[in-house]
Amino acid sequence: MFSFLIHRLMILIPTFIGVTLAAFAFIRVIPGDPILVMAGERGITPERHAEMMTAFGFDKPIWEQYFSYIWQLLQGDLGTSIVTKQPVLEEFAALFPATIELSICALIVATVIGIPAGIIAAVKRGSFFDHSLMTLSLTGFSMPIFWWALLLIVFFSGFLGWTPVSGRISVMFYFDSVTGFMLIDSWLSGEEGAFKSALSHLILPSIALGTIPMAVFARQTRSAMLEILNEDFIKTARAKGLSNFRVIVVHAFRNALIPVITVIGLSVGVLLAGAILTETIFSWPGIGKWMVDSIFRRDYPVVQGGLILIAGIVMIINLTVDLCYGLIDPRIRNKR
Amino acid sequence: MSNETILKIDNLSVSLPSRADRAFAVEEVSFELYAGEILCIVGESGSGKSMASNAVMGLLPKPHVRPVNGRIMFENQDLLTVSDAEMQKIRGGRIGMIFQEPMTALNPVMKVEDQLDEVFVSHGKYSRAERKQRIIEMLRDVGLPDPEIIGRSYPFALSGGQRQRVMIAMALALEPSVLIADEPTTALDVTTQAQILGLVKDLQEKRGMGVIFITHDFGVVAEIADRVIVMQTGRIVEQGSAEQVLNSPKHPYTQKLIAAVPHLEAVHKSAKEPTPVISVKNLQKTYGGNSGFFGGKGRVVHATRDVNFEIYKGETLGLVGESGSGKSTVGRCLIRLHDADSGQILFDGKDINSLTLKEMMPVRRHIQMIFQDPYASLNPRRKIGDIIVEGPVIHGAVKSEAMKKAGELLELVGLDPSALKRYPHEFSGGQRQRIGIARALAMDPKLLIADEAVSALDVSVQAQVLELLDEIKERLHLSMLFVTHDLRVAAKICDRIAVMRLGEIVEYGETSKVFNNPQHPYTRALLDAVPGKAWEGPQLEEPISA
Repeated sequence: MFSFLIHRLMILIPTFIGVTLAAFAFIRVIPGDPILVMAGERGITPERHAEMMTAFGFDKPIWEQYFSYIWQLLQGDLGTSIVTKQPVLEEFAALFPATIELSICALIVATVIGIPAGIIAAVKRGSFFDHSLMTLSLTGFSMPIFWWALLLIVFFSGFLGWTPVSGRISVMFYFDSVTGFMLIDSWLSGEEGAFKSALSHLILPSIALGTIPMAVFARQTRSAMLEILNEDFIKTARAKGLSNFRVIVVHAFRNALIPVITVIGLSVGVLLAGAILTETIFSWPGIGKWMVDSIFRRDYPVVQGGLILIAGIVMIINLTVDLCYGLIDPRIRNKR
Repeated sequence: MSNETILKIDNLSVSLPSRADRAFAVEEVSFELYAGEILCIVGESGSGKSMASNAVMGLLPKPHVRPVNGRIMFENQDLLTVSDAEMQKIRGGRIGMIFQEPMTALNPVMKVEDQLDEVFVSHGKYSRAERKQRIIEMLRDVGLPDPEIIGRSYPFALSGGQRQRVMIAMALALEPSVLIADEPTTALDVTTQAQILGLVKDLQEKRGMGVIFITHDFGVVAEIADRVIVMQTGRIVEQGSAEQVLNSPKHPYTQKLIAAVPHLEAVHKSAKEPTPVISVKNLQKTYGGNSGFFGGKGRVVHATRDVNFEIYKGETLGLVGESGSGKSTVGRCLIRLHDADSGQILFDGKDINSLTLKEMMPVRRHIQMIFQDPYASLNPRRKIGDIIVEGPVIHGAVKSEAMKKAGELLELVGLDPSALKRYPHEFSGGQRQRIGIARALAMDPKLLIADEAVSALDVSVQAQVLELLDEIKERLHLSMLFVTHDLRVAAKICDRIAVMRLGEIVEYGETSKVFNNPQHPYTRALLDAVPGKAWEGPQLEEPISA
C-alpha cells in the first residue's frame, strides 16, 4: 500500500510541472498586455509603459520570467495581484471556501440522487423507471448550465418565490467570517434565521451545478451495476440465500464502485469549471468569478496562481480517488 | 444410496422469451433425486441442463425465463409456489449450489472468511465465536491447508482448485440435504479436477447428501455418477443407472454423444517424413522481472525453459500440460506473437527467432494459428468473406481471386460458400471454428498451430472438428502443433506428444508409447487423473455422424 502511494505521488511531479507551464503560457497567449488594460481609456505614454513593464519584470525574456516564477513558487510565493496589490494566496484563501462550499453541496446533490437512481435503474432494467431515468439524465447532461440556472431562477425564485435569486446570505445578517464556509459561520453566529438563509441561498446554485454530474453518475452507476449483476459471484450470493438488498448493495455495488468513484473524481474538475458559470449567474463570490475578472484584467499573477492552485486541488482529489481504489479493491492494493 | 426421495421434479417446463430459438428451455422434465446418490445430468450446451437446476434454486433470470408448468417438490413444499422469503431460507440452507467458474464465482473484494460468514449470518446461525470456529472447520473439511490463512485471503490469492474448494465449503456450510453442482470441474486442470471430484464424492458419502451433478463430460459421468439423465434441447431423452446409460445407451442421441467421446488410447500411426518443418532448440521465455517505473522487481515466471522439439512434414505434434505449463507460450513464440528470450526456431532451415518483424512477414503466412474461443476470434463486424481474404490480400493476392478461393475453402471445411456474405454471429460455435480453420488455410500454411482449438466445443462438435483437422492435414499434407490440456483429444489426433510441466518438456515421444508406457511421474499423474479412464465405452456399430 505504501509503495502504491509513493508511486502515485511521484507521478504528480511531472504533472505539476506541466500545469505550471500551461498556466504560465495560457495567459500570455491572450492578446493585450496588463499595463494597457490597467491604464484603461486614459491611455499611457510609451516611456511610462516601458517603465512599468520593467517594474513588473514583463520585459525580460519569457523563459527567464518562467524560471523566476518557478523559483518563487518553490518558496511558496504565488505572487501579488498587479491590480489589487494583494498576495494571490491570500485572495484565493478568502474566496475559495465559497467555491468549495458550493461544489461540495453540488456533489452531494449529484451523489445522493444520481447513484441510488442508477442502482434502481439497473436492478429494474427495462422498466418505466429505467427508461424515464435514462431520458432525464440525457436531458440533464445536454442542458447548458447557464440556461438551466436561469430556468431554475425564473421558476423557483421568480414564479414560486421559494428561493433567493443570488448571493450567499440575506443582507439582513452580518457576522464575522470564521471558517469562510457560510453554512458553518451562520450556525456559529447564533443569529436566528441565519443558517436557514445561508442554506436557502445554496439550493439553486447546487442544483444548477450538480445536474450534469448527477446525470453522469446515474448513467455510470447503472452501466457498472448492469455489468456486475451479470457476474457469477452475484449468482453465488443469491445461491447462498442472501437477501436481495445484501446482494445488490454489499456484493454488486461495492464492485461497481470503482468506475463510479472514477467519474466522481473526474467530475471535481468539471464542478470547478462549472462553478465559474454558476458563480457568475448567482453572483456567488467564489474563485470562479475571481478568475474570470482577473483574466479580463490580464492580472498575470492571479491567473497563473489561481490555475495552479485549482489544478493542484484537482490533482489531490484524483490522488485520493486512486487511493480509494486500493481501499475498495484488494487486487489493486496488492499490485503495488 | 437409499430409496428416499428428497427432491422430485414433476413435469417441469420453463419458457424462454419469444425471440429465442425455441419456446421452452426445459420441457416436461420429470425426475427424482434420492438421498445419498449422485445424479449426473449430461447434455451439450443449450440442452437445458443448467436451466433445470436454476429452476430448482429459484435462480432463473426472471421475468424473461420462468417456469410455466409443473412442480418441484422438496421437503413437502412446491418450490415454485413458496414465497421469496421462504426460498431465501432454502437456498444455501437446505440446498447448496456450486458453479463452473471458480475464478469468478467468489466476490473479488471480500475476504474468504467474510463470504463464508455471510452464509451463517443471513440464515441466523451461531454466535460470532461459533461462526469463526465453524469457518475454520469447514475450510479444513474441504481439504484446504492452513484454513486460518486461507480464510483471511482474498479470492485472487487462491488457485482455481482452492477457490472451488472454498465454493464447496460455502455451499455445504449449513449441511444442506441437496447439493447442485453446475459443471464444477470444467474450468479446472485435469489433476485438480480429479481432486475436486474425489472431494465431492467423499463429502457426499460422509453426509448422505443427494447431489445433482451437471456436466457435459462423459468421463466425469463415468467417474462419479450413480444415475444419469441425458438431456437434449430441453427434454430428457434417457435416464437410468450409470452402468446402463454408459455401457448400453438406448437413445440414438446418447449413443451419438458417447460415440463422440475420444478414447484414451493412441490410435495414430505416424507416417512422418524425415525432414522437419520446424525444429525448436533451447527455447527460453520468461515473463515479468523487468523493474517498474520507479524500481521494484516484478515476479519472474519461466514460461518455457530449454524447450526442444521437431515437427515433421505431415505429422501432428501434441503439446499437452496443465494451465501455466507454458504450452500456449511455445505456440505463440513460434509465430512470434511473443518474442522468445533465447533459443532457435528453425523453420525451413531459417532461424525465425532472429528475424526482424519485417523479415518475419513473408514467413508468417506459412505458420497459421487456430484459436480456442470461436466466439471471440472472429471480428463480429466483418463478413466471413472479408475475414478470410484479409490475410491473403495483405500478402499481395487479388481480392476477387482470394474471395473465390475463400469460397472453395469454406466448402473444404464443410460450409456453404454463401457463408462468405454473412456475419460471424449467424453461425454456431462449431461452424465458427470451421471458419477459423478456413481463415488459417487461406494463407497456404505449411504449419498449423491449434491452440486449444476444440476445448470450447461440445463433444459431438468437437469430434467433427477433430476429424476435419485430421482430414485437412492429410489432404494438404500439413504439419500441426496441437496444444491441448485434454489427453483424450490428444490421444485421438496426435502422432507424437510432448508433455509440458512448469515450462519444461518432461516427456516426448510417440503418442502410443507415451500413453501406454509413460516414463515420467508427471505424465503418469496426468493420465491417472483423466476422469472415467477405466470406462471404455460401449462397442457401438453406428459411426459418428459428422
